[in-house]
Amino acid sequence: MRAAPALAEQDSGPALSAPAAPVPPAASGKRRGRSVDDGVPRWQIYAPLGLYLLFTLIPFYWMLLFALRPAGSTSLVPWPVTGEHFAKVWNERAFGTFFQNSMIVGVASLVMTTVVALAGGYALARFDFRVKKGFMLALLASQFIPGALMLVPLFEIFKNLQMINSLGSVIIAETVFQLPLSIILISGFIKNVPVSLEEQAWVDGCGRLRAFCAVVLPLLRPGLIAVGSFAFVHSWNHFLFALMFLSSQDKQTIPVGLNTLIGADSVDLGALAAGGVIAAVPVVIVFAFIQKWLITGFSAGAVKG
Amino acid sequence: MADAVAKRTGATPRRLPYLLIAPAGLLMLGFIAYPMLSVLYYSLQNYNVTKPWRNGYAGFENFTRIFTDDPQFWDALAFSGKWVVTEVLLQLLLGVALALLVNQTFIGRGIARALVFSPWAVSGVLTTTIWMLLYNPSTGISRYLADAGIGMYGTSVLSDTGTVFWAAVLAELWRGVPFFAILILADLQSIPGDLYEAASVDGAGRARQFFHITLPHLKDAIVLSTLLRGVWEFNNVDLLYTLTGGGPAGQTTTLPLYVANTGINGHDFGYASALTTVAFVILLFCSILYLRLSKFGGDTK
Repeated sequence: MRAAPALAEQDSGPALSAPAAPVPPAASGKRRGRSVDDGVPRWQIYAPLGLYLLFTLIPFYWMLLFALRPAGSTSLVPWPVTGEHFAKVWNERAFGTFFQNSMIVGVASLVMTTVVALAGGYALARFDFRVKKGFMLALLASQFIPGALMLVPLFEIFKNLQMINSLGSVIIAETVFQLPLSIILISGFIKNVPVSLEEQAWVDGCGRLRAFCAVVLPLLRPGLIAVGSFAFVHSWNHFLFALMFLSSQDKQTIPVGLNTLIGADSVDLGALAAGGVIAAVPVVIVFAFIQKWLITGFSAGAVKG
Repeated sequence: MADAVAKRTGATPRRLPYLLIAPAGLLMLGFIAYPMLSVLYYSLQNYNVTKPWRNGYAGFENFTRIFTDDPQFWDALAFSGKWVVTEVLLQLLLGVALALLVNQTFIGRGIARALVFSPWAVSGVLTTTIWMLLYNPSTGISRYLADAGIGMYGTSVLSDTGTVFWAAVLAELWRGVPFFAILILADLQSIPGDLYEAASVDGAGRARQFFHITLPHLKDAIVLSTLLRGVWEFNNVDLLYTLTGGGPAGQTTTLPLYVANTGINGHDFGYASALTTVAFVILLFCSILYLRLSKFGGDTK
C-alpha cells in the first residue's frame, strides 16, 4: 500500500511539467482503488456508515441535550448551557459519593482480576499439570452460570462473612465473574510469547519471577490493557450485585443511583440525563484509550487462546 | 513447543502451577461452585423466609410445580427464546455488515470505528437511561416527530404491549451490535489478502468473494460469538429490569428476571433455586446442541 503512491510519483514526477501536477494524486488514487479490499465506490461506504452513525450518535446526543439544556426547554440545541442538572445530581442525589464508590469497585476489581488472572493464565500457558483439563473445563462452564441467578446464595455467603453493605462483597463478586474469561484471554497472550525468551533470561541467571517481569510482562501490555479495561468497564457498569449487596445510600454505586432516578415517581429527566453523562464519562475515556488495542487484543488472545 | 515446556517444568518445583491457579481456583470454588451447589440443595427444599413453618425437604415438588403448574414459567421461557433469537440474529447481521464496512480503507476510518464501537462500553442501566429519554412521550423523539407531522402525540412505546418488544429490542441492539462488529473485524483482519487477489484474478465478484472466502473464514468466530452472546442475552437482566421491569403485564419477563422476582421479591428461595437449576440445564443443553449442529471447529466447506 505504501509503495504505490511513491511509485506513481516517481514514474510521473520528473517527466511532467507544472500544469499536470494534479496527475500523481489521481493516479495513486486509482491504484488504491484496485488494491485488495477496496474497489468499492466511496458512496457505498459513506452512505450506510453515515446512517449507522446517526443510529449510534443520536441517543448520545439526546442525553447530552437533556443534561445541558435548562429544565422545561424544548430546544434541540443545548443552548444556553446550564450546569444546574449536574450540580443537583452530584450534590442532592449523592452522585459524588456514588462516583467515588464506583471508582473504588472498578479499580479494585481491575487490580484483583488482572493479578489473579495473570497467575492462572501463566500456569495454563506454560505448564502441564494434572488438573489442567478440569480447570479449563471449569473456566468454560462458568461462562454459562448467570450472576443474576446466583444472587440469593451469594447474598447468604456474604451475610455469613459479614460483608453485606461493604464494597468488598461487590468487588469480590465482580472479580469472580470476570475471572474465567480473563484467564482464558491472558493465557492466550502468554502463549504468544516464545518460551525461548524466558529461557534465555533463566540462562542469564534470572529467577522465574524476575524473568517473567523483565521479559514477558512488557510484551503482554496490549493484552493486559484489554483484560484490565474489560474488568474495569464491567464492574463500573454492573448493577445487580451492588443493588443486592449494598443497602445504605453512602455505599451505593452509580448504576444503582441511576436506577433510583429512573424509578422515581416523577422522573426528573434533566437530572437523569446528567447522571447518565456522569456514568458514561469514565467508560468513554477508557474506551477511547483502548479501542485500538481492542481489535488486536481480540485477534491475538481470544481466537488463538 | 508444548513438549519443551513440559520438559522445562521438570526443573521447577512441581507445586508451582498449583500455587499459581490456587487464587483463581479458590475464588471460583467459593463464589461460583459453592453457590451453584447450594442452589441445587435449595431446589429440593421448601425454603421461604416469610413462611418458615413450611421449610424443609420437598423432594421434587418444586420441579413438578414448574412443569405442571406454572404458566408464568412457560411464558418467561418463551419470551427468553424470542428475545435471545431476535437479538442475536439482528446483532450478528448488523455486526457483520458493520465490520465489513469499517474494514475498508477510507478517509476517517479510525474515528468512524471509534464512534460506531462506542456503545460497546455502555451499561444496561445507562442504555435504559438514554432510551427512556428518547422514548419519553412528552419530550422524547416521538414528540418532535409529531411536531413534524409524523405519528401521534403522547404515544409511549414502553407501556404499549404492541410496541414494547421492539422498543426494547432496538435499545439492546444499539449497545449490542458493536460487540459482534469488534469480534468479526478482528477475525476479518486475519484473512490473507492474496486470497482475494487470486479470486479477483479468477474473475470472482465481490458477492462471490464474500460467500466463498470471507464467510467460511469467519465461521468459527461467528459460531463462538453468537453462542457467547446468546448466553449473555439470556442471562443479562440489567436492561429489561430497568427499562420495562418485565412489563407491561409480564410481557417482557425473561426467565432470569422471573427467577429474580420469585427469589428476591417473593422470598421463595426454594422455588427460585429450582427455576435456576432448570434454566441452567436448558441453557447448557441448547449450547451443546448449537455447537454440535454448527460443527464448531470442524472443516468448513
